[in-house]
Amino acid sequence: MAAPRTSLRLVAAIWSTRGIHGRGGAATPEGSQKKGKTLLQFLSDRFYDVEFLREYFLQRQMLKVHQKNRSFTHMVEQYGPYIVGACFILDQGGMVKFQNNDWIGPKERGRFALEFSKFQEVSVEAVDASGCAINYEGLDNLLLLRNLQSLSLRHCPHVDDWCLSRLYPLASSLQELSLAGCPHISERGLACLHHLPNLRKLDISDLPAVSNPGLTQILMEEMLPNCEILGASWAQGLNVEPEEQPQDKASPVHV
Amino acid sequence: MLRRVLRLASGRALVARALSTRRGGSTPGEDRDGKVSEIKKKIQSILPGEPWNPLYDTSHLPPERSDVVIVGGGVLGLSVAYWLKKLENRRGAIQVLVVERDHTYSQASTALSIGGIRQQFSLPENIQLSLFSANFLRNINEYLAVVDAPPLDLQFNPLGYLLLASEKGAATMESNVKVQRQEGAKVCLMSPEQLQNKFPWINTKGVALASYGMENEGWFDPWCLLQGLRRKVQSMGVLFCQGEVTRFISSSSHMKTTSGKEVTLKRIYEVHVKMDHSMEYQPVECALVINAAGAWSGQVAELAGIGKGPPGTLQGTRLPVEPRKRYVYLWHCPQGPGLEAPLVTDMSGAYFRREGLGNNYLGGLSPIEEEEPNPGNLEVDYDFFQDKVWPPLAQRVPAFETLKVRSAWAGYYDYNTFDQNGVVGPHPLVVNMYFAAGFSGHGLQQAPGVGRAVAEMVLEGHFQTIDLSPFLFSRFYLGEKIQEHIII
Repeated sequence: MAAPRTSLRLVAAIWSTRGIHGRGGAATPEGSQKKGKTLLQFLSDRFYDVEFLREYFLQRQMLKVHQKNRSFTHMVEQYGPYIVGACFILDQGGMVKFQNNDWIGPKERGRFALEFSKFQEVSVEAVDASGCAINYEGLDNLLLLRNLQSLSLRHCPHVDDWCLSRLYPLASSLQELSLAGCPHISERGLACLHHLPNLRKLDISDLPAVSNPGLTQILMEEMLPNCEILGASWAQGLNVEPEEQPQDKASPVHV
Repeated sequence: MLRRVLRLASGRALVARALSTRRGGSTPGEDRDGKVSEIKKKIQSILPGEPWNPLYDTSHLPPERSDVVIVGGGVLGLSVAYWLKKLENRRGAIQVLVVERDHTYSQASTALSIGGIRQQFSLPENIQLSLFSANFLRNINEYLAVVDAPPLDLQFNPLGYLLLASEKGAATMESNVKVQRQEGAKVCLMSPEQLQNKFPWINTKGVALASYGMENEGWFDPWCLLQGLRRKVQSMGVLFCQGEVTRFISSSSHMKTTSGKEVTLKRIYEVHVKMDHSMEYQPVECALVINAAGAWSGQVAELAGIGKGPPGTLQGTRLPVEPRKRYVYLWHCPQGPGLEAPLVTDMSGAYFRREGLGNNYLGGLSPIEEEEPNPGNLEVDYDFFQDKVWPPLAQRVPAFETLKVRSAWAGYYDYNTFDQNGVVGPHPLVVNMYFAAGFSGHGLQQAPGVGRAVAEMVLEGHFQTIDLSPFLFSRFYLGEKIQEHIII
């Protein structure tokens, strides 16, 4: 859908420079806002069919994410929690590391499927779910992995503050957590991490929704004294004054 | 030839007029633009598809008829409007009109609320409503998605509520937590030692037990929810009108019950909506009226004749909802509780929560019956903070002994004097008035659930997702109190 939309935007730009009420090409602030409206938005405002179609596509996108995060908990009695959790992560495109084994990624899934019975009692040590479409409902499956030590949720687009408030069942074992680059996490969700006292490494760099990264870093360090927090430096966000040379009034002015 | 002459003549006339006005001193451009837009307006009103108003502009008046009229445009009224439009079986089946007296929401309880949401209630229905609302708020960008509009950021803070209990309240707290866990709320009980470990800034003297909400509890921005609902509801075709409901015109029918008693059933068929600062009003024909007027629901109910009758009868039972003033104070405390502080509620009823990153805190206290302030205005009494709010808070959190009050505001609780719980559903005698009011301080957090319940009652005739039959109006006549014990 990306390519057609950009060409439509060009068409809209040509339309609006002509001016809608014939007032000429005067550069008014309202004029530039009208230029921003694409043809699709223009049609949406005027035709019910276009508006309905756009709503339908929006709902379909959301449904896709829900489908990816459907619950696997009904399989727990048969296969055990660790395998079900691992299957969920591999399904999403993440990587899983069982205790005393190597990392298993989605492309090695064929091998994993044949050998899964030997992993039934082995707990999952680390999960790398970077870039996966995990959301609040999907965490149902992730929280089956009780002895998880390291969790990486870098650049997950649907992980938000509500999801962070759900991580407390992993409090006894979780030692490493990485949340770098998640667009919906703010300092309010980070405050929930006080439920995880065993955390030793926390990565909160590059969180666009955090309003004051430097201050948040300081408050997080106060909240979790045993944890090493990577991310913002405390000076980030401070307005640094330009350094002024101290004027020495005693020395004579050299002409 | 004739056309060319006319064009030249009009051109010369325009130039002549321009020259004369320039000599007069006023800018010709503005005059011409104003006249052009007036002419355009007149032509537009003549064209088909536009309302024909040759005499005066009626665009500020509500329509002449509407299927449902919702009195009150706060979060409850908008929630009912949203669910009515969402659950209708055909697109555009129901016409809804929301009448709000004050479009700036300067006195509305929604806008002045601190925005907390908790599942720690004693009644199962309240817990279910709150869980439903938490679900709604979590998925708000799916429910209230409008094409081309930016997604909503509710600024939800998931830190939970911490309720403290003394020795004599400990047993009630345990049984309440059992009920909450049964309904699916994630609440944990803490002993004073655990409390001290987790939150070292609390002074646990006098605390026997604490209940802490782990998930789906916290606080959010109610204004954002209100604007999001308004935007979505407007996109679904609900009409808004700024005006005040002054009169209900109803028709009555006399009927006999099975035991032979005479009953008068009323049906509202017209609502008079009066405009601001004028005597002009518009009679709106309607099929249903929903009373979601918050603190003023009692007055609206009186307009419909509810409560006008001999006391002790069903006609004489009024809606016992009245406005009660509550203060919220904002203070700064440099050494106060850290980022992990939940919304702490002391046994005395004093509560506080953190606000933002800068060591600012919000808090207050609900006064006892005898000390209720006069709800006539929204003036703040700072002495109340000094005498009643600060001492228990300073005792509970020693860091609060040094603090500086930055500001304060007051808002109304739509207080149900009967049992401090909401009223939902139709009135038994005025058959087409539905209530969604009287939530006494927890209306905001139950609004999505209540909206859905009222919409289901209107469209299906019974409650479907959450059974709110204990909240019907008839309990006031029958004297059945459903008391909510945990009121903050």
